[in-house]
Amino acid sequence: MDMTFTSPSLWPAMPEIFLLASVCAILVIDLFLPPRWRHLTYGLSLMALLVTAAMVLRLGQGLEEPQVTFSGMFVLDRLAVVLKSAALLVTGAVLLYGRDYLRERQLDQGEFYLLTLFSALGMMVLISAGHFITLYLGLELMSLSLYALVAFNREQSASSEAAMKYFVLGAIASGMLLYGMSILYGVTGSLEIETVASRIMEQPVGSLPLLLGMTFVVAAVAFKLGAVPFHNWLPDVYQGANTPVTLLVGSAPKLAAFAMVMRLLAQGMEGLAGDWRDLLMVMAVLSLALGSVVAIAQTNVKRLLAYSTIGHIGFLLLGVLAANPMGYAAALFYVLIYVLMALGAFGVLILLSQRGMEAETLDDLKGLNARSPWLAAVMALFMFSMAGVPPTAGFYAKLLVLDAVVDQGMGTLAIVAVLFAVISAFYYLRVVWQLYFEAPINGSAVVASADLRWLLIANGGLVLLLGILPDQLIRACLSAF
Amino acid sequence: MFQLVLFYAFSAVLIGAALAVITARNPVHSVLFLVLAFFTSAALWLLIEAEFLAIVLVLVYVGAVMVLFLFVVMMIDVDLAALREGFNRSLPLGMGVVLLIVLELSVVLGGSGFSGKGGPVPLPEGGSNIRALGEVMYTQYVYPFEIASVILLLAIVAAIALTLRRRPGRLVQNPGLQAKVRPEDRLRILKMPSETRD
Amino acid sequence: MLEQAIAIWSQIPEALRTSVWIVLKIMAIILPLLGVVAYLTYAERKVIGYMQSRIGPSRVGYAGLLQPIADAAKLAFKEIVIPARANKVLFVLAPVLSFLPALVAWAVVPFADGMLLADVDAGLLFVLALTSFGVYGIILAGWASNSKYAFLGAMRAAAQMVSYELAMGFALIGVLMAANSLKLNDIVLAQQGGFWHWYFIPLFPLFMVYWISGVAETNRLPFDVVEGESEIVAGFHVEYGGMGFALFFLAEYANMTLISTLIATLFLGGWLSPFEHVPVLEQIPLLGQNGFHWLALKAAFFLFCFLWFRATFPRYRYDQIMRLGWKVFIPVTIVWLAVVGVFVHTGFGPWF
Repeated sequence: MDMTFTSPSLWPAMPEIFLLASVCAILVIDLFLPPRWRHLTYGLSLMALLVTAAMVLRLGQGLEEPQVTFSGMFVLDRLAVVLKSAALLVTGAVLLYGRDYLRERQLDQGEFYLLTLFSALGMMVLISAGHFITLYLGLELMSLSLYALVAFNREQSASSEAAMKYFVLGAIASGMLLYGMSILYGVTGSLEIETVASRIMEQPVGSLPLLLGMTFVVAAVAFKLGAVPFHNWLPDVYQGANTPVTLLVGSAPKLAAFAMVMRLLAQGMEGLAGDWRDLLMVMAVLSLALGSVVAIAQTNVKRLLAYSTIGHIGFLLLGVLAANPMGYAAALFYVLIYVLMALGAFGVLILLSQRGMEAETLDDLKGLNARSPWLAAVMALFMFSMAGVPPTAGFYAKLLVLDAVVDQGMGTLAIVAVLFAVISAFYYLRVVWQLYFEAPINGSAVVASADLRWLLIANGGLVLLLGILPDQLIRACLSAF
Repeated sequence: MFQLVLFYAFSAVLIGAALAVITARNPVHSVLFLVLAFFTSAALWLLIEAEFLAIVLVLVYVGAVMVLFLFVVMMIDVDLAALREGFNRSLPLGMGVVLLIVLELSVVLGGSGFSGKGGPVPLPEGGSNIRALGEVMYTQYVYPFEIASVILLLAIVAAIALTLRRRPGRLVQNPGLQAKVRPEDRLRILKMPSETRD
Repeated sequence: MLEQAIAIWSQIPEALRTSVWIVLKIMAIILPLLGVVAYLTYAERKVIGYMQSRIGPSRVGYAGLLQPIADAAKLAFKEIVIPARANKVLFVLAPVLSFLPALVAWAVVPFADGMLLADVDAGLLFVLALTSFGVYGIILAGWASNSKYAFLGAMRAAAQMVSYELAMGFALIGVLMAANSLKLNDIVLAQQGGFWHWYFIPLFPLFMVYWISGVAETNRLPFDVVEGESEIVAGFHVEYGGMGFALFFLAEYANMTLISTLIATLFLGGWLSPFEHVPVLEQIPLLGQNGFHWLALKAAFFLFCFLWFRATFPRYRYDQIMRLGWKVFIPVTIVWLAVVGVFVHTGFGPWF
């Protein structure tokens, strides 16, 4: 037994520790709050997220070399700083967007905010994982809170059904991840990502157990991302959950899932890049195809956005399978921009949902311009950006990914991707058509509180701004690898 | 030698019990076979001197989890016919998956091999594997250990959020008030002259 | 004669010799235990009888001393009736399952310094694991009987025993924190130094929780809703007669004995004399000596309390039992564990 243990440096994990302490404090405070003081829980949760994000950014200033602590279980590198701060800010935005919706439906119980905070904590643990065990535990912490959140509205049977589906399939994915990890452990004798990576390099090329373990890990990662053929849960969960929960499920966890891809594939299985690249290529093409074709037939906006997510995941995978720093940076940029767009698009849906009425179908969007011009403009902006029309940020995201793919000499793949992007542009533009050129079915004015309005405008402005001046963010993404 | 015989005996019982879990016609029998399976796995762990894990397996799974499981299985009236219906349909798929896993495992375990060969490292004289476990758990693995506890906390919060219903019109007792009750709260002693019949 | 016997003994192969030796040791524990259990039923009837101004059994043998034997003979010769549509295998298996753990747990109980069957490294956990297994016998009996009353009793048993196991487990954590060991023998040795060094003083709340939970765990009054003769006639064993019933009966009393011995071991210094290091008393034989007689005396006190409770307290209502377990005991133990943590850290008193 190695008795020369020195206590780990807690400093790099300070944001996580702070968030956990706040969760516990809020849990106790909420217990003793009378119902009419519930907005205090909301305020504290938002504050906790923002302070944590600030701490992450502060730690990230001037961070050159990755900091490792807790016997290699925890890694703080630039990638972690970018993803963690983004995930925290996005989760905060989700709380803001969802506030009025939840209050109107009496869903704004303290547990909702706590579960959201738990899931944010899980994302942070996952993003900073330097070890298979912490990666798995972070993933479970995040996913378990999300399952519970999807089921949160007990009155609605669709929510329970979606949660059940999500939970069962998620459990299978976790099982596959563990299975793959245990095989990798068997071969390399370690669970630490860096050690695993170096031991894989020592193994003979084409070692069968390694390939088997890798396949299981890739399948689990694909499930968490929602790539075809592991996408089945996505449309049902998006549709069944309450819109604020859909917003959460569709945004920040994608950042965490991206971190998982990076930690497992790009860092842990660097030596197998030639093998997982083929798998990712198949999944990317399938996701692009399904995401662009099936979405055309959707009438429910949440379902439509779910299929659009699948298509975007296809693009994200393209960046990853370039398997070089440039490709990873492109994928990171893509996922950040995607999360911004998804946040905004679902945000519009939340604003449109009023007391006793859910805005879910395309019909609800018809003639939005007549009801609320600024909202229609913002929605149109998000649709253009998702379609990849310049000068929005979505354009640059797609461009960077395609650039990275072409750079690796995979021109055909790039052409296929562009083809599907064009097909998917059809349904994005159809939404825009509905916004402007159809008569409204429900003519009532849209009511939204001022801060939500400003948040949505800021969200849209950011998508536009990053489309015009993307340099800063691109540089940040490039420096993460 | 004796260890090997025990290993194969326990393994045979374990596999038999696991098979019985899915083939038993009665769900209560299935649960009981699962208990047996846990017991024999604990015995297998004892064989490699992992007594702490073995005892904890019995304590947690057999002693608590399976009791509640049995409780639920007994309470709900499982319709066996309906359950059986899909069995034959999904049997080929299930068998396929099982065969695949067996094949994979045989490739992985039998082929180019895992790095950790030679079985468990025997404990040093006077060593205790509880102490050894505790030492790594609270030093090297303290971070995952804490996260695991956060997951448990989350499970409590989620379970309460999803099941606690505050129905209106529910009658609740306040034991504190009940205990504080004094005779004069319940009983009124009247002083009045006795009435006579006349 | 003796030499011959030794000669024969040494000719037996080593493996067989150990086996025989172990079986003999097991017998040395179980047979007296069964005697204790048999006479515990007699003591119960006598004690409660006197508490209620009766004289209890008095007909069979001198002062009724042969009564347990007569009862055993009666039960052994009764027909075992298996109810219609009962699950036969489980119906027969259930009493055995409830009786076995009550016996096996004795393997790690130290009767005097180093005098125990198996010095398992995780002895305390072993006891906990086995006592938690006892609930299966009760649940299965209730379910296999195919009877509503029995089933209700089984459900109550399952919920009650799982709930109180938690509190018991927490209380034990306090003990092992104090003793820094999971071996029962070491736990007793850690309490050396006379009455004031025993753990029931610093761990008083845990001691009370463990004691009361022990009563609840064995389904004894005032926590006997599992049997609840006024509500569900006799609960889980309503359909049992003859030896089946006898086994449940034995299991209950064996569990009482086990819990009493464990309380004595964990909190009251086991076989240690209370007069250790007391100037004059220390010299007196037996009184100042450590040994099995002290353990027996302490266990007997708790057994008497079991009977005393039964004669004194009214039965708890079911929801009150649950409330006590979850909302009172578990918080109390958790708070006290934190306090024990502070004690251990500061090396408080003679105990830590």
